Amino acid sequence: MVTAAALACRRLCKAFTSGNRVTQALDDIDLTVAPGRIAGLIGPDGAGKTTLMRLAAGLLRADAGELRVLDLDVSREPLAVQSAIGYMPQRFGLYEDLSVQENLDLYADLQGVPVAERGERYAELMRLVGLARFAARLAGRLSGGMKQKLGLACTLVRPPRLLLLDEPTVGVDPVSRRELWAIVQRLVREQGVSVLLSTAYLDEAERCDEVILLHQGRLLGQGTPASFSEPLAGRCHLANAPAIPKRRLQMRLAALPAVADAIIQGERVRVVTHAAGPPDLSELDAGPAGVEIRPVAPNFEDAFITRLQAERAEATPNPPLPGAHAMAGPGGAAVIRVDRLERRFGAFYAVRDVSFEVRRGEIFGLLGANGAGKSTTFRMLCGLLPASGGRLEVAGHDLRRAAAQARGRIGYMAQRFSLYANLTVAQNLRFFASAYGLVQRRRQERIRWALDGFDLERYADMASGDLPLGYKQRLAMAAALMHEPDILFLDEPTSGVDPLARREFWHRINRLAEQGVTVLVTTHFMDEANYCDRLVIMADGEVLAQGTPAETKARFRDAERPDPTMEDAFIALIEQRAQAAGEPP
Amino acid sequence: MSARRGGASMRLRGMVRKESLQILRDPSSIAIAFVMPVLLLLLFGYGVSLDAQHIPLAVVIERPDANSAGFAAVFEQSEYFSPRRLASIQEAEQALRERQVDGLVWLRGDFSRRLLAAGDAPVGVILNGVDANQARIAQGYIQGAWQRWLQAYAALQGRELTLPVAMEQRVWFNPALRSRNFLVPGLVAVIMTLIGALLTALVVAREWERGTMEALMVTPIRIGELLLGKLLPYFVLGMGGMLLSVAMARWQFGVPLNGSFWLLLLTSALFMLVALGMGLLISTVARNQFVAGQIAILVTFLPAFILSGFIFDIGSMPAPVQFITHVVPARYFVAILQTLFLAGDVWPVVLGNAAALLLMMLIFFAVLGRKARKSLE
Repeated sequence: MVTAAALACRRLCKAFTSGNRVTQALDDIDLTVAPGRIAGLIGPDGAGKTTLMRLAAGLLRADAGELRVLDLDVSREPLAVQSAIGYMPQRFGLYEDLSVQENLDLYADLQGVPVAERGERYAELMRLVGLARFAARLAGRLSGGMKQKLGLACTLVRPPRLLLLDEPTVGVDPVSRRELWAIVQRLVREQGVSVLLSTAYLDEAERCDEVILLHQGRLLGQGTPASFSEPLAGRCHLANAPAIPKRRLQMRLAALPAVADAIIQGERVRVVTHAAGPPDLSELDAGPAGVEIRPVAPNFEDAFITRLQAERAEATPNPPLPGAHAMAGPGGAAVIRVDRLERRFGAFYAVRDVSFEVRRGEIFGLLGANGAGKSTTFRMLCGLLPASGGRLEVAGHDLRRAAAQARGRIGYMAQRFSLYANLTVAQNLRFFASAYGLVQRRRQERIRWALDGFDLERYADMASGDLPLGYKQRLAMAAALMHEPDILFLDEPTSGVDPLARREFWHRINRLAEQGVTVLVTTHFMDEANYCDRLVIMADGEVLAQGTPAETKARFRDAERPDPTMEDAFIALIEQRAQAAGEPP
Repeated sequence: MSARRGGASMRLRGMVRKESLQILRDPSSIAIAFVMPVLLLLLFGYGVSLDAQHIPLAVVIERPDANSAGFAAVFEQSEYFSPRRLASIQEAEQALRERQVDGLVWLRGDFSRRLLAAGDAPVGVILNGVDANQARIAQGYIQGAWQRWLQAYAALQGRELTLPVAMEQRVWFNPALRSRNFLVPGLVAVIMTLIGALLTALVVAREWERGTMEALMVTPIRIGELLLGKLLPYFVLGMGGMLLSVAMARWQFGVPLNGSFWLLLLTSALFMLVALGMGLLISTVARNQFVAGQIAILVTFLPAFILSGFIFDIGSMPAPVQFITHVVPARYFVAILQTLFLAGDVWPVVLGNAAALLLMMLIFFAVLGRKARKSLE
């Protein structure tokens, strides 16, 4: 058994220079990771998680300080360290044109696994990750979850003493995510492997033995997940008002001065107050039924958000909202009609038999893992991709005949924020204003609206490529709203954005929907689905379920799960489908 | 120590096998390694010719008679010209303007009279100089035709043509002056640059793009093994391209190989290493395929095309450009290739150029050894 620390660093510093900007990726970090446990590296984008991983793997050299991995000095003996660790980068280096078996063979060769031992090791790994049936398949033709599992198998081909996993579960469907965690936990339990894992999913922090919290290159804290949430005892509550919709309740609660954080959790609103005790609800106009509020145990996310809010004094959790349309709430008319929509790429169905309707002022969600067909559906709805079959109607226009008219009524925010990185914020706004045909006074007004409403004024002259991710998202959204569209399409708008920015984003979306803008959003964050009025869950191009979040979850309520989450519902749906198809998921 | 060496050979074998499988499965590698060379060979073998043949020429004879007809017949018999008889100079000038002909030859009405009387009959020649090269060749040919006619005319008159100095021309190594004979061997250098520098730089950049490089680097592989693992398969591929080109040159285009095949193989291997050195050096700088491709084309492929003497004669370049050609490795290899194919084993030429290649190879690999690190920075 290893007794020395799995990883220890003292006064570790690392900076990156690009142009004349210096970014301090890691600033004076002192920490020790105990062996034989799972340590979680948590922090928003740009916290320094990946830099720390790469330093530990000997891929980068520290500017100052000491870093020892498994009691070896990384800067002196990088090869010795690399022979003892397993490292899975964010995008693991699978060779997509090699088969599963060939990928394994390559890493076995590189890691010096003796040929005689391979048969047994491969069998063991395949059992662990469940890919035995796919040994001959090209890695490029595996699903996202399977690729990630193969990446893990390649990393484990020679049993490592320390496993470094950089965001292993990003973009992976909930089923595979759960399986990956089971694999990692088994490795620790049965083989005493030490694991350092970074993640953007805050619920995963609870599964770690220890959490290391990083923010902008500095260490904010280290301890068990409970040690972070304990100080918040008595400050967390779940609220429910029968008379008002949950989104409106959330907005009103968030506006209270005593409230630090309010988010939708299932069918209720989770509230964290600045001081112990429930918030004063006397000012809340909640109708005759009032607000039911009950205390709950704090979780890591509560702790994380309050910690980060303290760090980021400038962040405004309740931003002033840009005045858009002065329209009424959800109306009855369907503004989007999709009927038996189909999209083929050769013999492959990216989207098959998808039907739904979206009413005005609704927030409608498309939920599914990467590759489920969400983005393809979206592109067809925006008229960017012709449908192979079925009917599509957006804002009363048949997209087959009048795509241009329909497009004038919609705003679209693409997955990777299609902004011009080397134009400044103001230049981007001016460009999009002209692209939407706004001129003179109207153009000036809308640009002013965007700069004020999205708090972009102080960044107006900064190249948009240099903006913090949350601000890039704001700018992209402002650009999509430039021409005051009736319908807003958001493709994975919160992917890679830190939890604070995600909260702010949903706050804006809520307000837009209140004003009568119809919002369609795709996401792979299951908890975000609860913000939607209605949603469809997709897998392999087909719709598995459709309805309100409450209805969808209620289908899977049983004795074992009296209050199922959206993730439970999603996993159950996938399993049902797999059973029907007669194969394991 | 032997266990360690065993590990190294296992790692190297793994890399080479992976690289070979990737080459075989990737259509773009196949395209660059096999399709492009064949296309280039066919293009330069059949399509591009620097010889002037069948130059369209207008011949204007204002008063046809025996003498002027004899003069015009010289052009008709020559394979270099496709003459067209036109009635007037105006018509001929019009045809030249409309680019129906590349030049015109004009015998005035008094041609025969002055020839017989004073022996100073002028022949008017106008050439289209837009393509200067073509015009110069046409000029030379017309002069040649004129001289031949003079000789024939003199013989007819029963007297020797008396010129103070007579030129006795003999063309060595490529007696037929077929441009294909020097273009096709030179193409071998271009093709090997394509595989060694462009393809190699692209595949390494692709590893960076797809994140596979990061995963490779954390394995216990040494940087030397990693580079060697890349180098070996592409060396074989490049030599394959070379053999393919030589075979096509020999049997498809009938270019003679007068020198030793083994010497050709040896010098090609040397040049292949230089090209691979360039490709790997580019890959240490460029981390995406677009940049890698641009750099490779700009600093290896285009110079090999333009500055190597493959098409354009280095001796007729301006001095500063000539100076630059000294750092273009293909220049030395093209010289070796053209010598081996057409002249034979001319040792001073082969050895001198091979020494330059060897020096370049040593420099590239020394820089590579210093620059390549198992690091993401």
